[in-house]
Amino acid sequence: MNSVPDHPPPAPATRAWSWRSRSFRGLVWQALTISLLLGLAWFLIHNLLENMRVRGIQSGFGFFSQPTGFAIGESLIAFDSQDPLSRAFLVGFLNTLRVALLGILFTTVVGVTVGIGRLSRNFLLRTLCTGYVELFRNVPVLLQILIWYFVITDWFPEVSDAIQPVHGVFLTKSGMSFPVPVFHATHAWIAAGFAVGLALAFLWRAVARRAFERTGLRPPVFWPMTALITLVPLACAAFGTPIELDFPERLDAAIAGGGTVTPEFLAVTIGLSIYTAAFVAEVVRSGIQSVPWGQTEAAHSLGLARGLTLRLVLLPQAVRVIIPPLTNQYLNLTKNSSLAVAIGYPDLISISNTTLNQTGRAVECIAVAMAIYLALSLATAALMNWYNARAAIRER
Amino acid sequence: MSAIVHAPVPARPAPALGTGVGAWLRANLYADWKNALATVIILLVAARYLPAIYQWAVTDAVTARDPNACRALAHSGACWGVIAEKYRFILFGRFPFEEQWRPLIATLILVGLLVVSALRRFWRPWLGLVWICGLAAFFTLMHGGLLGMSAVESARWGGFPLTMILTTLGIAAALPLAVLVALGRRSHLPAIRAVCTVYIELVRGVPLVSVLFMASFMFPLFMPSGYTPDVLLRVLAGIILFAAAYLAETVRGGLQAVPAGQYEAAAALGLSYWQMQRKIVLPQALRIVVPGLVNSFISTYKDTSLVTIVGLYELTGALGLALRGDAEWRQFYFEGYLFIGLIYWIGCFAMSHYSQRMERALHTGNRR
Repeated sequence: MNSVPDHPPPAPATRAWSWRSRSFRGLVWQALTISLLLGLAWFLIHNLLENMRVRGIQSGFGFFSQPTGFAIGESLIAFDSQDPLSRAFLVGFLNTLRVALLGILFTTVVGVTVGIGRLSRNFLLRTLCTGYVELFRNVPVLLQILIWYFVITDWFPEVSDAIQPVHGVFLTKSGMSFPVPVFHATHAWIAAGFAVGLALAFLWRAVARRAFERTGLRPPVFWPMTALITLVPLACAAFGTPIELDFPERLDAAIAGGGTVTPEFLAVTIGLSIYTAAFVAEVVRSGIQSVPWGQTEAAHSLGLARGLTLRLVLLPQAVRVIIPPLTNQYLNLTKNSSLAVAIGYPDLISISNTTLNQTGRAVECIAVAMAIYLALSLATAALMNWYNARAAIRER
Repeated sequence: MSAIVHAPVPARPAPALGTGVGAWLRANLYADWKNALATVIILLVAARYLPAIYQWAVTDAVTARDPNACRALAHSGACWGVIAEKYRFILFGRFPFEEQWRPLIATLILVGLLVVSALRRFWRPWLGLVWICGLAAFFTLMHGGLLGMSAVESARWGGFPLTMILTTLGIAAALPLAVLVALGRRSHLPAIRAVCTVYIELVRGVPLVSVLFMASFMFPLFMPSGYTPDVLLRVLAGIILFAAAYLAETVRGGLQAVPAGQYEAAAALGLSYWQMQRKIVLPQALRIVVPGLVNSFISTYKDTSLVTIVGLYELTGALGLALRGDAEWRQFYFEGYLFIGLIYWIGCFAMSHYSQRMERALHTGNRR
């Protein structure tokens, strides 16, 4: 017979407060850590102020409104050496962003292609892609950037015999020239048409999805969307908007017209993209392989072809796994763009470094550059957390 | 009554051969038309470019230490002569030429230590002692000043030994810090958790170059006036602080992988916090993260190439030092880059394969 207590056990007596209680010891440890850190901070700042007083270095961020005093090789916005230093930092920041965004674009295209290629049935393609990954991710990115820079500035021809891989594109020691469209006021119509086309395309996708959920039939989505996005702006362009390209031309000593990029920019962008693409390929491959094999078998037994299996079954599930490490790689690329300083591309770090050498304000210059990178990273991380919360599989 | 005729169903044809060379070729090279197209395109591209590369690297190459012969090639063939001429400078930097046996032996000791530590058989307590002796031998050989060796100040250290010692000491010193920070980030004490989280996120949010600039320009300002630590020490401190933040996240992954039951069992046995971590949690967590540690080691190994930006001459810097000032050989950077690229590549490739093997051996990967 079970012994059932006839009255509930007494509530455990609240332990009397003691010096040895866990919570008190926790408080002591925390107080100790905080005071140690404060002491260290005081020591460092005291030394800093003392050193600055001895060396006659001023402090404060007021010098950012002083004229820059040096020229910057390439800039997206108008800049001359009389502009304030804050504008020089803005130029550097824009240059960093330009490399980062273009690099992310290239690296995604190359990385996803190579990553999927590593899972190909074709032996040669598979080996080629594996070779790419093993070759490029095991050599320091700085070395790769230096190699590209050397090849461009030393092996590429002079202007007089520039390489023309495609009509209108010139490759020389001093960079790449390419045709750019000439801007007309009426081009705004094309932009508007593009926006309308985009909106219509997504509307169609929503309609198609609803039809699919209702009837089980799958209306075409990809081609109508492509058509809407391309045809609507083209239709707008047909209303008399002149489209002309500004082709670069070869003159005696230089190539004039069109758009140009410097060898520094080329080397940094190519080096970073190719290096990061090797990591992106691994992220994509492991993401696809993380989808259980049963999903592939199920798709095959439903009669889906290999391509459809990849597009409809594997990729949608792999994307959840791929996105977080992919963002990490994008952040790495952005941070690695600071290596541009080694070949003199005027990115944020390089501008901050030049300013440091000119003004001697080491603490402020480095702090500003670090703060900007930090803000970029934290913003991306916040965005990522938001995405993860949204995309996570809701489990019971 | 009609006769029942038993007509046997004709035998089906034998299935296509599933094994052997022919079947392998079919499955891997021309399973369908897309597959075959890819094969043809790759073969055509290879036929176009491989012979040219072979010709550049082997047939037309100059291996003699003759800058004039190299220049006569005008980049139509590789000039390996530059490596034959400069390899000692690239490998050992500005270390006095007659004394270069010292960095050679020091590097061999370091590499030997790493190889020994990679074998599980040697994961014993005395390994720590071996490391201390090995590092002492390294610094004695490099610095000299006793046993009849002339003193060589650290500003003249360079090349491969510098790369190795920055990597090894960087990781070795970062690991204990990383373990503490990782434990701190999982602590239930809010102040300690906050400090560790801020440190990790702060460091991981900025590029290494900026940390190195901080080490070389800002550290002297933060030290008591009149005291300026050696540049090698400052850069090493920067690398340690940087690597520790990344390592801490790796270690935290290992801590999270230890099942909650282990913590509960340790608590039930009455172990204190530090006893629990030291005897129960860390031995399991660190074992799990060995592949992650090796990967951090690889990144640090590659990242040491950045110290050339703040004026230390490890492999990349030593190459610049060897070629920049020499008008005869200056145009043959590319071959030099390939040479040090190969050194980096061999190290990284070997370590990453070790890490993959370890991952399988420790059963930590999700098996498929």
